[in-house]
Amino acid sequence: MSVLLFLVPIALLLGLIGLGAFLWTMKNGQYDDLDGAAHRILIDDEDES
Amino acid sequence: MEAEAVSNGRADCCTAAIACKHCGEPTTSGDFCCVGCEAAHSASHSATTFTAFSSIAHKQDNGDFRLELSVEGIHCAACIRLIENAVAAQEGITHVRVNMTTERLSYSWQGPVELGDIIAASVVKLGYKLHAPGNDEADNSSSAQEKALLKAIAVAGFAAGNLMLISVGLWTTTTETMGMATRDFFHWVSALIALPTVIYSGRPFFKSALSVLKEGHTNMDVPISLAVILASIMSVSEALRHGEHVYFDSAAMLLFFLLIGRYLDARAKGKARESASKLLSKLAGTAAVLEDGQLQRVPIRELKSGMTVVVAAGETIPADGKITKGESDVDLSLISGETLPEHAAKGGEVFAGTLNLTGPLEIAVTKASENSLLSEIVRMMEVAEQGAAKYVRLADRAASLYTPVVHLFGALTFAGWWLLGAEWQVALLHAVTVLIITCPCALGLAVPVVQVLASGKLLKNGVLLKSGDALERLSGIDTVVFDKTGTLTIGRPALLGGDYSEEMMRLAASLAVHSRHPLSKALSEAYEGTLIDISVSEVPGKGLKCIHDGDTVKIGSRKWCGPRHIEDTGTSALELWLSVNDDPKAHFTFADQLRADAFHVVEALQRAGINTHLLSGDRAIVANEVAKKLSISTVQAEVTPTEKCEYLNALKVSGSKVLMVGDGLNDAPALAAADASMSPSSAIDITQNTADIVFQGDKLSPVYDTLVTARRSTALVRQNFALAILYNIIAVPLAVLGYVTPMIAAAAMSGSSLVVILNAFRLRSKRALS
Repeated sequence: MSVLLFLVPIALLLGLIGLGAFLWTMKNGQYDDLDGAAHRILIDDEDES
Repeated sequence: MEAEAVSNGRADCCTAAIACKHCGEPTTSGDFCCVGCEAAHSASHSATTFTAFSSIAHKQDNGDFRLELSVEGIHCAACIRLIENAVAAQEGITHVRVNMTTERLSYSWQGPVELGDIIAASVVKLGYKLHAPGNDEADNSSSAQEKALLKAIAVAGFAAGNLMLISVGLWTTTTETMGMATRDFFHWVSALIALPTVIYSGRPFFKSALSVLKEGHTNMDVPISLAVILASIMSVSEALRHGEHVYFDSAAMLLFFLLIGRYLDARAKGKARESASKLLSKLAGTAAVLEDGQLQRVPIRELKSGMTVVVAAGETIPADGKITKGESDVDLSLISGETLPEHAAKGGEVFAGTLNLTGPLEIAVTKASENSLLSEIVRMMEVAEQGAAKYVRLADRAASLYTPVVHLFGALTFAGWWLLGAEWQVALLHAVTVLIITCPCALGLAVPVVQVLASGKLLKNGVLLKSGDALERLSGIDTVVFDKTGTLTIGRPALLGGDYSEEMMRLAASLAVHSRHPLSKALSEAYEGTLIDISVSEVPGKGLKCIHDGDTVKIGSRKWCGPRHIEDTGTSALELWLSVNDDPKAHFTFADQLRADAFHVVEALQRAGINTHLLSGDRAIVANEVAKKLSISTVQAEVTPTEKCEYLNALKVSGSKVLMVGDGLNDAPALAAADASMSPSSAIDITQNTADIVFQGDKLSPVYDTLVTARRSTALVRQNFALAILYNIIAVPLAVLGYVTPMIAAAAMSGSSLVVILNAFRLRSKRALS
């Protein structure tokens, strides 16, 4: 059963990474304008040249 | 804007073919790709107003200034791009972003603070109206609350998932196969995950429970908090005692489900409040005041008697006053229900809230905004609102029954086991399982899930809910009171017939397209061919004039360009004459038409057993005719706003639950007095603001559809409550008798939540009248 000593923390760590990623995207304002994001995909990139 | 550059990036509302006159997007329907562009185009081609916003700019830490403004009329991707490009092209811009959800534009810039106004002006020039964002604090606090809930959900979800992983291990093995040490290890890992989660994610419930307990009441959050806290404490003690059952996973799952319900509820309320505050910020506009020969924008509520206000064609008149200069036609429809605009010239009186149509006016304010007709109606509305009984939501009523019952069961279980000689830990264990198993997961989800689904469905059909309990109040309605102009009718005249040739029609439409007068608009809308490009001058109060092929062509009233020998019969109001070199060539007649589906909607309502009434400020002949067409038997015509309000109160006193549907300013007090209220989106701002529900489009069917959806969703909520009660009837005796293990608790909890959610989704299946 000593394998649990590795597997449980690894499982928790992976979960925590996912949780952290979600909290980061939220703090980063990625859910602030969902309507706008849906429309922005239709806008062409500006010509860089 | 070249069509070429943007043709690939077309918005969803634009399909192909011609370029939109405003943004250059390809379009199939007429000159514009969307209503936003049309509105923006007409605004940018009439009056350009300049507003000082720089006073509300914030200085940021890095020395840049930042400004956040609310923008009216963002409808598609092209709007976002246009605004962002226009702002980005200005000097000194460091950041620009349009938020379509909140309809906000934020930008920051380097350099003097006044630059902010020039940047704002560049957006105004595109035709989008800008407002200083109103009621910022309320917005921020509710979005902060939503964010906090979302974070709590994320944490609770993470914990519930991982705890379940461990719990499955615990449930599927026995102590003999697993060994004591492994089980204790699992218990302590569970505690490590669950305890911080309970402390973090449980706060919304704890806070609310604590605040009501302080006032000596209880609410749903009290049993929730008690269940979660007791489950955690008991599980820790079980882990210490090397016991078999811990309820950490139940505690986390309880929080997870309940937080979802709480979040959906907050979101539905936030959405409703957001649409209400958007309307309010439109209302809190500014007026152009002429002072020492200089124009200044002054907030409408700061207007004082004696000030001179300049109102451009197409603008709303901000205050009651006397015209000192200029001549125009004024649209009174929103105040009096009268379809045709009234001619206004020097010395004439105008009222706040009416629309100046054809020429610029200078108005001496006679009454400050507070004493205006508009404000009087607002005051009446407030009185009516106070009079309306406070509605208690179904969920709150359920909660007030639920809480004492659950606590009683918990206490009885503890007392029963203890008196029968069980150890106090065992007695407490069973009492806590009762609290957990009766957890209001299903109850907490029953209302919000249905509400979110219902409001999403309605929004798709252009119906906006402005208060959280609107649907519930609507579902109990047994009487509908309609206003006439603008509600049962479209509120603007349409071409009915007349005496004209194709050539004359083309000429007339080419002239009419240059005017905002409702009859001109009706004429140009009725004509579908190509227009002649002519330069037209508008003679306020009379009509339109132009030189075409050397002839003087005039279009307007009978008096101005109609035949002189025919006597005015009194019906001349709804017609237009066209004359060439003062020789009448054609005439057109108009009428305010019923909404196309008005008859079917009224019929469907009557078939559903709902009484229909017609209440109009218009003349009795007109009102009766409409009522007859729609087979509405109860009609009241020529009623003042006060009488409308009294009529509704009388209906309410007689025991009816009344829905008022209206669009005019004169309807606003009645809307406030009714049990539920709806208004079309063409209504005056203040009326939309009062109504619980605003619907878009030229059809009346949303009134019926919304009623059907409301009834259906309330039925679903009741079913959900019934399911939750049924589940409790089965689960509670088991818990009281001590047969419930953590596994059964978890299965029952998620099972009941799932059933409730699935039941709510049945809302989507039914089709409404269309």
